[in-house]
Amino acid sequence: MSTFAEFGNDLYTGKRSIDFVGRQKTWYTVSLILLALAAAGLFGRGLNIGLEFRGGSEFQVASVTNFNNFEARAKAAVGTVNPGSNVVVTKAAVGNTVRVQTEKFQSTTLSDNVKSALAREFNVNPNTISANIIGPSWGASVSQQAITALIWFLILVSLVLAAYFRTWKMSIAALIALAHDLVITVGIYALAGFEVTPASVIGFLTILGYSLYDTVVVFDKVRENTQEAIGNGRLSFSQAANQAVNQTLVRSINTSVVALLPVASILFIGYFLLGPGTLLDLSLALFVGIAVGTYSSIFIATPVLADLREREPAMKELKKRAFRYQGAKARRESADSSGGDEGGVDGSAERDVARVSSGGGASATARPIHPYVQAGPRNQPKRPPKSKR
Amino acid sequence: MAINPHNRGPLRTISMLVLLIVGLYGLLGAVSTWGTAQRSPKLGLDLSGGTQLILTPKLVTPGQKINQGEVTKAVDIIRARVNGSGVTEAEVSTQGAGDIVVSLPGVVDNATKESLQKASQLRMRAVLVESSAAPIPVPTSTGTATSKPTAPATTAPKATGTTTTAPKSGFPPALSAATTAPTATATIAPAPVATPTAVAPTATPTTGAKPKNASDPAWVTPQLQAAFDAFKCTSNPKIYENIVDDPNKPMVTCSSDGRLKFILGPAEVNGDQIANATSDQQQNSGGPTGVYEVLLNFNSAGTTAFCNVTSRLVSLPSPRNEFGIVLDNQVISYPVAQASLCAGTASITGSFTAASAKALADQLKFGALPMSFTLQTEDQISPTLGGDQLTRGLLAGGIGLLLVVAYSLFQYRALGFVTISSLLIAALLTYGLVTMFGWSQNYRLTMAGVTGLIVSIGIVADSFILYFERVRDEVRDGRALRAAVETGWGRARRTILISDGVNFLAASVLYLLAASNVRGFAFTLMLTTIVDIIVVFLFTHPLLSILSNTEFFGQGHKWSGLDPKRLGARTVTYAGRGRVTIAARRAAAEGNQS
Repeated sequence: MSTFAEFGNDLYTGKRSIDFVGRQKTWYTVSLILLALAAAGLFGRGLNIGLEFRGGSEFQVASVTNFNNFEARAKAAVGTVNPGSNVVVTKAAVGNTVRVQTEKFQSTTLSDNVKSALAREFNVNPNTISANIIGPSWGASVSQQAITALIWFLILVSLVLAAYFRTWKMSIAALIALAHDLVITVGIYALAGFEVTPASVIGFLTILGYSLYDTVVVFDKVRENTQEAIGNGRLSFSQAANQAVNQTLVRSINTSVVALLPVASILFIGYFLLGPGTLLDLSLALFVGIAVGTYSSIFIATPVLADLREREPAMKELKKRAFRYQGAKARRESADSSGGDEGGVDGSAERDVARVSSGGGASATARPIHPYVQAGPRNQPKRPPKSKR
Repeated sequence: MAINPHNRGPLRTISMLVLLIVGLYGLLGAVSTWGTAQRSPKLGLDLSGGTQLILTPKLVTPGQKINQGEVTKAVDIIRARVNGSGVTEAEVSTQGAGDIVVSLPGVVDNATKESLQKASQLRMRAVLVESSAAPIPVPTSTGTATSKPTAPATTAPKATGTTTTAPKSGFPPALSAATTAPTATATIAPAPVATPTAVAPTATPTTGAKPKNASDPAWVTPQLQAAFDAFKCTSNPKIYENIVDDPNKPMVTCSSDGRLKFILGPAEVNGDQIANATSDQQQNSGGPTGVYEVLLNFNSAGTTAFCNVTSRLVSLPSPRNEFGIVLDNQVISYPVAQASLCAGTASITGSFTAASAKALADQLKFGALPMSFTLQTEDQISPTLGGDQLTRGLLAGGIGLLLVVAYSLFQYRALGFVTISSLLIAALLTYGLVTMFGWSQNYRLTMAGVTGLIVSIGIVADSFILYFERVRDEVRDGRALRAAVETGWGRARRTILISDGVNFLAASVLYLLAASNVRGFAFTLMLTTIVDIIVVFLFTHPLLSILSNTEFFGQGHKWSGLDPKRLGARTVTYAGRGRVTIAARRAAAEGNQS
């Protein structure tokens, strides 16, 4: 892993630098394509809305031993009680559970009858069957609350961030990244055809927190670096921001990996051992969301922030100052390197030495020397020529 | 053994944490030994098995808004119904805009389900005929009048003073103007002027005669009389469910104690016309008298209706001057009208104790709830399935923890052990807190809560990573480790606080607005965010400070995870003005900018 640590070192020192901010057009294009795909998925395929939003009944028959032809048998069992109902039968991967989804029954007795029919068919105790009756308004009220929660969250968080970072532009950039994450995550759901349940809606809401977490960590460093840059005028805002992203890159990767690992384990257990349920829905939404959130905090949030800030007159001024400084330094350095012998300037650490060693006539020609200096030491009074004495 | 003076501060901080943990578990041990707490977290229905019903209020008039007060009332009514059906450990709570969540252990039969959805109707009807129920000896109204409440009488010597406004007959209770209500005095309606309609025909009822008013005995048709004679008062609530409660017709029913049966006139005041009902001791100039009364406040429609009724009843002969208050087809009270009450308030006095007065007040208040419920979702989880879920959830948590531990050891070498020990401390705190909340707030750990706990492993470990990476940055800048830990902490602390703050905000918004089954998730996220801050401040940072004084970490051993050589901090040079810098870093940075 020494390579990863070295990678981190190089990013920190700036020896290796990825131009996140400068190539923002590339990232924006990538994200636009992703967003377009997500929108196409949303409006083209549409979301696979779960039972909770449509209303209906769900029965989970646990510890089934005989899986032969379970689909037809379950349908037949439901058909005996309520003929002509629309039945979807699925099997949970390992849990020996058959899941039967039907439309909503008119009365509770009817669903009890279905339960006992299923119990007879699969030869299990009726009490081990989980019955779940859902009214169609249930899912709707959940999404209604989710939207309210979303609005409140956005308002509160932009206030908090604006107060903490003392600029509303950071709030805006963070919110853009947030919206980006949310749309892409929902789009992935539409494209992959994952079922959207109230639990996944809550998962989407949790992503908000995660996405912001990453963004805040990066922005904190951006603020630190840009303040320094504004102080000494050696870097433009974009450059300072880019340096910050590079310096926090290892941290971002590490935090995301650590956050993803437990979620991945839930996803794994949920998929292979538990079957569909709250756990799987939540962890799937979180997994997709954290991954997208990491991407956006690096590739979207900071470039957007830089674009916003670069428009300020003060930042334009800073850019000019920084370019002047950098241009001057580049000239100085090119002068240095043209003057020194090629071998001497290779190791940057020895530059000072190189300058001293090459301080002969070459360097004197490269840099114009003031006539006053040429006249010799000035702290001694000029003596009159010998002839005048 | 002498303590390194550098370690004194950190050790003091850690001892605070130890105190906190010992205190938490000490309290927990105390309340579980001598109190009602259990030693492990309470489990939710989806983990322990049971039934969860979500009820949505069904409004009588469409377009009507449900206010929070009505929902709170509904919760009280349903709780009373559930507890009445003999189920222990049932939980009733509200959720979101007006849904009511009822959680019951075990399987719920249809009868219970239906009884929960039922609307609760409160009506006031004039008494037409009253007779004692057959099996019980007749307590005449004079006979019971002597049974004065003993407990209040001893505490309040002035009880005799109040007998003028409320005759001490406890049975039937007297209905009079509210003495404590400032808007009404007993003198406001002194004249029992019989309204013309109140001149009740005393003639035997003829089937053809049309009743003139609600107290007219003409309502009692032979048919009704026969039904009345056949009706038997039992304690079985089933019989009351079958009574048709038509507000425009007379009805036959019993008092809720089963002692009297009544023929009641058509409904005249409805439950929703009662604005409020409270119970209190009667007040006079000397303070509380010790006699309990139930105070009623009517809304404007109720005031008019009640005024008409009492004005008419007050002049009628004995049983017909009584006024039956019918809740869910049972007469819960039948006070005698003592005056015509037109001020919108009234008080019922009688042989109440504090508890019975409050019960009646609650019934009157809750009876004013004009809604029934529809069963929105029903969730049944068998105990075996719940147990399976828990085991697998814990398995997922274990795997997640293991992965995080492996990754942090891989990335941070020996520093990884700091992560592991911090995670363990966090787990200890969280377990204690969840158990504590189970006892004090009746918080139950659900599958969503377990998910939240597992997810939070990542969040908690994230703040350690933030901190470690900051320290590494400082080491790269060429600081000695002890200095690097302190300056790194100063910077990481802010980042940790703001990012945890954002997380906490997200979790609390979720908690306040989300549906019940996800509340557990939001709650554990909130809890672990706080635990995270406690652990980072009181444990991880002091521990790292102490470790930075050891040779292994302080000298940057190869396996310490803070090896300056591996972190690229090769040469330290003096940069002037009290700053140090690393030539290599500086050069590279400058090379980058050009």
